[in-house]
Amino acid sequence: MTEVHDRRAGGTESFKLRMRRYDPESGEAPYWDEHTIELEPHRSVLEAILQARDRFDGSIGIRCSCRQAICGSCGIRVNGEPALACHTHLDAAKLGAKDGVIEIEPMGNMPVIKDLIVDMDAVHWKKIRRVTPWLLAKQPVPEREYIVPKESMVDVTQTMACIQCGACVSDCLAMEVDPGFIGPAALAKAYRFVGDPRDDQQFDRLNDLAQDPQGIFDCTHCFKCVEACPKDVNPMGQIMRLRRIAIGDHHIVDKNNGERHEAAFTGLIRDNGILWEAELLPRSYGGASWFGKFAPAAGKELLSSLPVAFYGLLRRKMTLGGILKPHKIPSADLKNVQAIYDKIESRPERYELNLYIVGEDEAPEPVAASPEGSNS
Amino acid sequence: MKVAYWPGCVSRGFTPELHGSMAKVAPLLDIELVELDRACCTGAGVIAEHNQELADTLNARTFALAQQVDGAAMMMNICSTCQGAQSECQERLDANAEYREHVNSTLAGEGLSYKHDPTQPLTNKNFLWLLVEEIGLDNLRARVKRPLTNLKVGPFYGCYIVRPRNRLGIDEQHPRDHYLDHVIEALGGTVIEYAGMRKCCGFPIITMNKEASLKQAGRHLGDAVDADADCLVTPCPLCHLNLDLQQPIAEQVVSRELHMPVLHLPQLVGLALGLDPKDLGMGRHVVKPTSVIDWSTSVVAAAA
Repeated sequence: MTEVHDRRAGGTESFKLRMRRYDPESGEAPYWDEHTIELEPHRSVLEAILQARDRFDGSIGIRCSCRQAICGSCGIRVNGEPALACHTHLDAAKLGAKDGVIEIEPMGNMPVIKDLIVDMDAVHWKKIRRVTPWLLAKQPVPEREYIVPKESMVDVTQTMACIQCGACVSDCLAMEVDPGFIGPAALAKAYRFVGDPRDDQQFDRLNDLAQDPQGIFDCTHCFKCVEACPKDVNPMGQIMRLRRIAIGDHHIVDKNNGERHEAAFTGLIRDNGILWEAELLPRSYGGASWFGKFAPAAGKELLSSLPVAFYGLLRRKMTLGGILKPHKIPSADLKNVQAIYDKIESRPERYELNLYIVGEDEAPEPVAASPEGSNS
Repeated sequence: MKVAYWPGCVSRGFTPELHGSMAKVAPLLDIELVELDRACCTGAGVIAEHNQELADTLNARTFALAQQVDGAAMMMNICSTCQGAQSECQERLDANAEYREHVNSTLAGEGLSYKHDPTQPLTNKNFLWLLVEEIGLDNLRARVKRPLTNLKVGPFYGCYIVRPRNRLGIDEQHPRDHYLDHVIEALGGTVIEYAGMRKCCGFPIITMNKEASLKQAGRHLGDAVDADADCLVTPCPLCHLNLDLQQPIAEQVVSRELHMPVLHLPQLVGLALGLDPKDLGMGRHVVKPTSVIDWSTSVVAAAA
């Protein structure tokens, strides 16, 4: 309780900030700037930056508005991690600092306009526009409101929680090597409409995103966006759902091997119980059967992989036996695994548990704890 | 300690040296491995992407088999991707009793059932976590026969074992996203920090966007070269495929020579515990770990 007491007494503390400064128009290189500010530990990193600007250097560039984690303006990096400046407490930021100095940088994957302000138009908003972020309504549009099942709208609420702060874009590792990747924020937005029963263009939206070499199959599944998001939108999870609907419901065969890779992988596990890597690659390029490797696309890929296979064989990492014959789990177990496949894949609808919607079971209360039956 | 051991697929396929080195290292750390050889692939996220219920059921089957191993303290794996995929399924299975029952009804045909007790949930640890949390760094340090003195090791964590933090139980008491650093130090080596140590190796998109995939691998390897690392160490065989097996092609994609050896975690531990590099399968890497082997022979020579 002493902490609360200190706050009431106005117990301020000193915090050191190390800020990355850059003004592209100046022609000078970026540099680090240090300031010491005085604030209560529960105040935000944004307030610290604003104090530094007011007291020491009026030229510090930072964008902000609501100061309560809803407008999405003040996305930055604190100690290398994406964050909303207004939603990060100073005491927590200091704990996460390597040397006790809170390190503040602009977001990544977007060009810096000045200091902590990045060009959201050039990257983030352009990608959002790419996915047609509005409803393409089924015709005829009803005279009054649409009636849709409640659960299908609950399903898209997670993506509707996005505040467009760009934190996930900033940290996307696929975008780091492939800047054209549509990216987590825009693809989460795409699910907002793909999942909406009022939308008329589900197939076209998905076909477009699957065929684009920088679309849904360009995601590396690194969980960076899941961690970065301050609103629990789970962009990567939404991308996986887009893939699932594109392949599972619409049977879209894309030219990026996304569908073939999934079919090859799940098929090989069904056939053998464990993965047969030597077959995964050719089938991902050529099609999900043993003959896949003879397809022209697979042939080209196999040819380019020859140096890899050569080294692998040379070092006895791969054996010819292993390449030509899979290892399998015992046949009784394989039969059981295949029975699981058969049962689940023959369901008329996929069963998907979304913890964002259902939440976790409450821990059972200890028997003695609620004798009066005070459950509300 | 006795563990229900899930080796994964790749450690028995394209990286046999991983499975082999784990088998050599386990007795030196008093770990008894009971292999779950009846279990199937975790799906590596791909089966979950295809059909979540299928992935959850296949992994619940593995958990149920692990729970049948008599006297096992927990489940252990040697593959970050397996850890990530299994943790994701376990999160759903443990969170919702109705769903668990539904999944168990599919397993009933085989007489299996995944049991969940909230006060004692199934523990499933990657070898890295087990090393730090169960064996302990002091204990490990005491067993070192050949300290990795002057060996500069870059940790390569990858993704599945460090994100998302909540699901993987990473917090202030369990800084699992720093354990590789701690292990390297306990073995007497020098930790080399570099930009890509917790980034994606690129493996998941190798068949979809080969250039982006190998650009990732090549860039991280290049960062490690620039930071003056002698070698990298990784707890994930899929990362190993992209960083080692594909390194000659990654070199072409990033237009630079790399020659960066990549060790599996049990290999690095085994070296420090005095095992022979050859017995640890170090000859089976595409990029010969020459720098590491030179180091180990020179240390042995110096000691003699």
